Amino acid sequence: MSRLTPENVTLAEEIIGRYPRPKSALIPLLHLAQEQDGYVADDAMEHLAELVGVTPAEVLGTCSFYEMFKREPVGTYVVNVCTNISCQLLGGEELLHHAEERLGIRAGSTTADGRFTLEDVECIAACTEAPCLQVNYRYFHRITTDEFDALVDELAAGGRPDEIPPHGTLARVRQHIPDDRAAGPAVPGECGEPVWITARPAPAPEPRS
Amino acid sequence: MTITEAPRIVSSRFDVADGHTIDVYESTHGYEGLRAALAKRPDEVVEEVKTASLLGRGGAGFPAGVKWGFCPPGVWPRYLVVNGDESEPGTYKDRLLMERDPHQLIEGALIASYAIGCSQAFLYVRGEMALAQERIAAALNEAYAKGYVGRNIMGSDFSVDVVLHWGAGAYIVGEETALIESLEGNRGMPRLKPPFFPAAKGLYLQPTVVNNVETLSNLPWILREGGAAFAELGAEASRGTRLFAVSGHVRQPGVYEVEFGVTTFRDLIYSPLYAGGIRDGNEIKAYIPGGSSAPWFFEEHLDLPLEKGVVDRAGSMLGSGAVVVFDETTDVVKAALRVVRFYARESCGKCTPCREGTSWLEKILERISDGLGRPSDLELLVDVCDNISPGIAWPPKQTTICPLGPSAVSPIASAVTRFRDEFAARIGEPVTVSTPITGGAYTAAPDAPAEVGA
Repeated sequence: MSRLTPENVTLAEEIIGRYPRPKSALIPLLHLAQEQDGYVADDAMEHLAELVGVTPAEVLGTCSFYEMFKREPVGTYVVNVCTNISCQLLGGEELLHHAEERLGIRAGSTTADGRFTLEDVECIAACTEAPCLQVNYRYFHRITTDEFDALVDELAAGGRPDEIPPHGTLARVRQHIPDDRAAGPAVPGECGEPVWITARPAPAPEPRS
Repeated sequence: MTITEAPRIVSSRFDVADGHTIDVYESTHGYEGLRAALAKRPDEVVEEVKTASLLGRGGAGFPAGVKWGFCPPGVWPRYLVVNGDESEPGTYKDRLLMERDPHQLIEGALIASYAIGCSQAFLYVRGEMALAQERIAAALNEAYAKGYVGRNIMGSDFSVDVVLHWGAGAYIVGEETALIESLEGNRGMPRLKPPFFPAAKGLYLQPTVVNNVETLSNLPWILREGGAAFAELGAEASRGTRLFAVSGHVRQPGVYEVEFGVTTFRDLIYSPLYAGGIRDGNEIKAYIPGGSSAPWFFEEHLDLPLEKGVVDRAGSMLGSGAVVVFDETTDVVKAALRVVRFYARESCGKCTPCREGTSWLEKILERISDGLGRPSDLELLVDVCDNISPGIAWPPKQTTICPLGPSAVSPIASAVTRFRDEFAARIGEPVTVSTPITGGAYTAAPDAPAEVGA
């Protein structure tokens, strides 16, 4: 795996078309590659480089900066347990240790059956719902160790496909700008003062008498 | 107690069923603010926001209307970038605004674009927030279909695309120049200011306004009800209402919209309407008043109002509206270590004092926490802090391009100053007397609350 499929190339071109400069689409496109394969494959990065007109090294440079991008296959379910301050105060670290015991792996690794990857993550903005975790970036709030075990059992038995899509899929609704409604990207050098500004100038300041 | 009957300006649809859909939004004053804005000249909209005295809600607390005015005249195109990369530990409000009221945010972005003259707007949502991305994508699709976004908005000559963009996991991208780098498809490393002030040289080196989600979510109400009505709420520099997330050892952790500038920390933490006091009848030991980058506050700061100037002068900040409460059972060495580890992990590596300093701070704190600390470690911690932020003062001085490095100094300065005996005990120093509890973490003494409104 794998270059983008023809369907995903069409999607990629639509995404690129929204930006004044193609490279701006790179992070959404890396997500698209990860959605397709579950991780970002080398071939996919080379393909993205062609699509946005940069070198593969530049794509790798961007990809390797962001921790959501996995450059090797990960588990079907990526379980991210927050241990940052608000969760730490209410048992986030203990929850992570429990998860390590339950799954039989250290945070940062994947179970032998390829089902679960466990991560110790930074604050995921659910601080009043501590301790919290995400499975494939879907939230679980105020979770106990018993609830964690039940969740793992449920996922191992086939999961909650409606609620938790495979790793790599983020939003299941995509933005689509209809051609007849699009204002179009604002390209530097091709785009002057907006008409609504020109048409409604601010009154000149009162001359000093 | 200063609990007021201020309206819920940004959270009015949080508890409304399907509040994220356009039908509910339109039936609850949705897009009326945009209609009101389009009936004015752009400069009049800017004036309305200046009248409201709306402070940015992202962390720095700069007046939004003034920030808009920094774009150099005659340089086009301009861009609006919405900062939805909420990641400051303790902070939980922008995600709610994006998930539960995406149209309010879109309307706010449109009002700002109209006022500033932005030819394109980008809504940068944190990568980990899949539901927020989904709700915003759906809301944008609805809004395009109804003619609220895109070409000739509501039949006028105002045209702008609002593009959903999403990140991929990097705290530093919440810094506005790093956000712009990321939006250009690069590694999210901050740019040097000057020359790269976003208002002058931002996205594609064009004038760019970067506004926080909560800041923009206030605009529909301000345009509908008037800037003066907004400014009637609050006190001093802090007008309107504001969302605060109260987490940690409280009975009712939650996100509360309260009147800005007048409600106090004690109200927020102890009132049964809000966080309801400390769990299990325990005592408060310390609290973070505005996100993990903020120096800690203690019991003597509880009666300070949630007012930017007062909190700044008391030696900390309201930052991102994140109040994290520690009760008496809290191990402050571990708490400080956890916060410092965050900065060590999230340092982008561009500036040496931050890249090296934060990871050394983490290592030293870790060995203290593990009982392997050395007698010289406390001095060493302070010395490393001083190299990242000379003088360990507030507001912090920087040896770095952005404030991430100095942010790691805050928890250490707070914890080591106030709870020195707890650190000393871990190191094995013979501790007999607890350090007397006086003053704040920094050299500046807190202002007396009596100064408010003086």
